[in-house]
Amino acid sequence: MTALTKEETEALIAEVLEVYPEKAKKDRAKHLAVNDQSIEQSKKCITSNRKSLPGVMTIRGCAYAGSKGVVWGPIKDMIHISHGPVGCGQYSRAGRRNYYVGMTGVNTYGTMNFTSDFQEKDIVFGGDKKLAKLIGEIEGLFPLNKRISVQSECPIGLIGDDIEAVSKKAAAEFNKPVVPVRCEGFRGVSQSLGHHIANDAVRDWVFERNGKDVTTAFVPGPYDVSIIGDYNIGGDAWSSRILLEEMGLRVVAQWSGDGTLEEIELTPKVKLNLIHCYRSMNYIARHMEEKYAIPWLEYNFFGPTKIAESLRAIAAHFDDKIKAGAEAVIAKYQPMVDAVIAKYRARLEGKRVMLYVGGLRPRHVIGSYEDLGMEVVGTGYEFGHGDDYDRTVKEMGNATLLYDDVTGFEFEEFVKRVKPDLIGSGIKEKYIFQKMGVPFRQMHSWDYSGPYHGYDGFAIFARDMDMTINNPCWKKMEAPWLKKPEAVEELAKAA
Amino acid sequence: MALRQCASYGKGGIGKSTTTQNLVAGLAELGKKVMIVGCDPKADSTRLILHAKAQNSIMEMAANAGSVEDLELEDVMKVGYRDIKCVESGGPEPGVGCAGRGVITAINFLEEEGAYEEDLDFVFYDVLGDVVCGGFAMPIRENKAQEIYIVCSGEMMAMYAANNIAKGIVKYANSGGVRLAGLICNSRNTAREDELIMELARQLGTTMIHFVPRDNVVQRAEIRRMTVIEYEPGAKQAQEYRDLANKIINNKNFVIPTPITMDELEELLMGFGIMEAEDESIVGKTAAEEQMAVAA
Repeated sequence: MTALTKEETEALIAEVLEVYPEKAKKDRAKHLAVNDQSIEQSKKCITSNRKSLPGVMTIRGCAYAGSKGVVWGPIKDMIHISHGPVGCGQYSRAGRRNYYVGMTGVNTYGTMNFTSDFQEKDIVFGGDKKLAKLIGEIEGLFPLNKRISVQSECPIGLIGDDIEAVSKKAAAEFNKPVVPVRCEGFRGVSQSLGHHIANDAVRDWVFERNGKDVTTAFVPGPYDVSIIGDYNIGGDAWSSRILLEEMGLRVVAQWSGDGTLEEIELTPKVKLNLIHCYRSMNYIARHMEEKYAIPWLEYNFFGPTKIAESLRAIAAHFDDKIKAGAEAVIAKYQPMVDAVIAKYRARLEGKRVMLYVGGLRPRHVIGSYEDLGMEVVGTGYEFGHGDDYDRTVKEMGNATLLYDDVTGFEFEEFVKRVKPDLIGSGIKEKYIFQKMGVPFRQMHSWDYSGPYHGYDGFAIFARDMDMTINNPCWKKMEAPWLKKPEAVEELAKAA
Repeated sequence: MALRQCASYGKGGIGKSTTTQNLVAGLAELGKKVMIVGCDPKADSTRLILHAKAQNSIMEMAANAGSVEDLELEDVMKVGYRDIKCVESGGPEPGVGCAGRGVITAINFLEEEGAYEEDLDFVFYDVLGDVVCGGFAMPIRENKAQEIYIVCSGEMMAMYAANNIAKGIVKYANSGGVRLAGLICNSRNTAREDELIMELARQLGTTMIHFVPRDNVVQRAEIRRMTVIEYEPGAKQAQEYRDLANKIINNKNFVIPTPITMDELEELLMGFGIMEAEDESIVGKTAAEEQMAVAA
């Protein structure tokens, strides 16, 4: 099937909207658009970061997920308390595959669940006493933890638990700051506000202590950079930092995959902040720009084209030595890139992809598909804002589909009509589309593969897309008894 | 006789707990089997019946035991004057936790433990000041209190609260069958108080079921942690509470109330001279500005 024209895509959106009641139709229409590269501001064609409609089966998460799950959780030498009933912490425990090195339970705690496990009495009488007790127990059992954060679940905001007071008291008692985070799940329209709240907590409780900037013993160098907004899923940050190091930079902080508290604290001394996931961490980058005059740069380490572009853009902030280093890195990996493309491009050329991911990948992975000769024909964000769509409009072809906070119904209908060769989305979507016979890759967890960042990641990415799309199982979707008589005869002969 | 579940609401400090306990004592004297459920973290709804300072509450005992599941009905239910059964839901100290959730937990516990299945004629819920959140509306939800008695007086804020409570009843009336059963005027000796409350009752679509005059014997009994009926059965005030109890036994006037608007309430208060007509010209003027105006 060839690509849809602008008119056909518009008609498809209109047809999908047709089933909604009037009010829902009016709302959802604003979140669906046909891409037009000539549009300067995406807000003219698509609305985002608005409350989801009840009943549409949105794929979004909550503020707690954004703070504990995304921003704070991967900081490996801290203990993050899920304050409230047990479920939020337990069902999000170790779910995001934020790889880290360390001895879990001794000096790192990434995959463990610490919770105040609220009971009825804690709701009625308040959970502050239990929280204080829990912090004391943690200090006794895990003395090597660098700091404790308190991640608020919904009831904390409802009953008004004073976690700030408990944190201050515990901080004085143990001579170690405790970070209270007001990321109650009901706040905001998606996990996005949780990212913002978490960023603000870093600003207020890590960079500063008692109203003063924290001082560290760190001695800065001329080539210090941080990686911000890389959660090291399947090792993404590792396959990214080697490239930066090979070009001569010193990566002194990873936010927050495989990151430590010390790295977070010293970041205000770097020369350049490198932002991968803009959506979840642009706030802290902007803060460091305003307060410490540190420039920041968005980069993209998905696929060789974007990697080379990014390496050169990063190098442009430094001297000739680094610029030469960037060229050397690009040249060094070129044979490997050529080999990957030689092997897979012919098998993937012309394949069409639909994406629906969180706040970065709906635009950032487009390049890596294009490097393999594939085309992204539809994309959308769970929790992107206008500035994300601004950046997306340029990456997507004209007349392709954009869908914001897509509903279960819309996504299925779009897939039925667009008939992509591959869908990249999350675990909740995976089995629906696989049962429809459409090849599917999880683009949050890399389907337990990865890394996908950097040159090494691109090789794995290409292999994974090939083995998914060209898997022989897709030719066996028809049950034998439904096959044409000749086929059955052949089957009998073969038996 | 089928179990009648009643709740008393009203502005904080109006005398709900005192009135409820005295009228319950009156019901008991008339041979009725009654249970009082205190729905207030202060846990002071049963002290006149039990001669106790404050009864151990369900939530307090649950917190000590671990959870409500660890409690038995006999742990939380005390029996006082004339076999009146007493429970207190209890709740947190001011400023922490969620008292509303405490009421919900406690009432669910009583239901699950079969507290209402015993041989009872009346249950009275004594609920704190205002219906501030869903927890304090628990007693008027489905299958709980059907009859709401609002305790009020001829003071503006008491009447304002009464009207608000009527609004709360309307909210649950259609789904749960809760009805307004009348206003109990606990007199503060304001002018034409009985007429005023009768008029408010009329506008709300109900009646003033009884006018309880002010009498110091109530306080004398109270410092002895007793109801008037127990402390001085021959007192005139004891007879007032008996009359109220009798009227409640015979009450059949259960209505969905018709709350009035703020303007209507103000009009009513102005009609009785409790409130002055507002002078719009002075709104938002500081003292200095007023002086300037006088000087000019």
